[in-house]
Amino acid sequence: MTSRARPVFLNLLGIRLPVGALTSIGHRVSGVLLSVSIPFWVYLWGLSMRDEQGFRRANELMAHVVLRVVLVLFIWALAHHVLAGIRHLLSDVNVGSTLRSARKSAYAANLGGVAVALLAAWLLW
Amino acid sequence: MVKCEFTGLAAWVVQRAGAAYMLCFAIFALAAITVHPRPSYAEWKAWVSSDAMSAGIGLFLLALLTHMWVGLRDVLLDYAKPEGVQRASLLLIGMALLSVGVWALQILVHARA
Repeated sequence: MTSRARPVFLNLLGIRLPVGALTSIGHRVSGVLLSVSIPFWVYLWGLSMRDEQGFRRANELMAHVVLRVVLVLFIWALAHHVLAGIRHLLSDVNVGSTLRSARKSAYAANLGGVAVALLAAWLLW
Repeated sequence: MVKCEFTGLAAWVVQRAGAAYMLCFAIFALAAITVHPRPSYAEWKAWVSSDAMSAGIGLFLLALLTHMWVGLRDVLLDYAKPEGVQRASLLLIGMALLSVGVWALQILVHARA
């Protein structure tokens, strides 16, 4: 093997993203996940507003195991999206732009999102 | 055509202002539900369809849908590769967002009727 040989096969699992890149792609992924879930929340809201029976049905649905798992995932997406979003807003006004502080806030957003999701899971069970 | 709407500074402002409003509203709603958990149907309906809440929810829907449009549009502009696919998906997303808006507004109007 010569050192000039270019890597033809990229091992995707071997690529280590810097922490800020994880926060950033997580912001996009969570945003898309939240968007996809919106029609369902509108449906659930409409059901709960319709009548007494619909309200009870919406409450039953929310208590379902599958929905509680979905809800925890939703809460992770929301928490990560909000935390990473606040990080974006701060960098808009040039707060936390040095590499050191940017890495710190990236870790805070990534871990904070997971922490909120774990707290939600604990509260829901 | 769709691409020309809501770009540059206007999109940036809409995305940020909407985000800030949605965060405030979400914190308020979470606090209200924490203070008064498990409402009855009558209480729930009366709360949602009150004038102040209806206005707040209406503004929330506007903020949400425009925020979603800017974000999803950014994602499609980056990843939807052939231009035809990009145009079609932008159009599709735009119509889907409008439909969700009409749907949610109907729920609100019906609750207040």
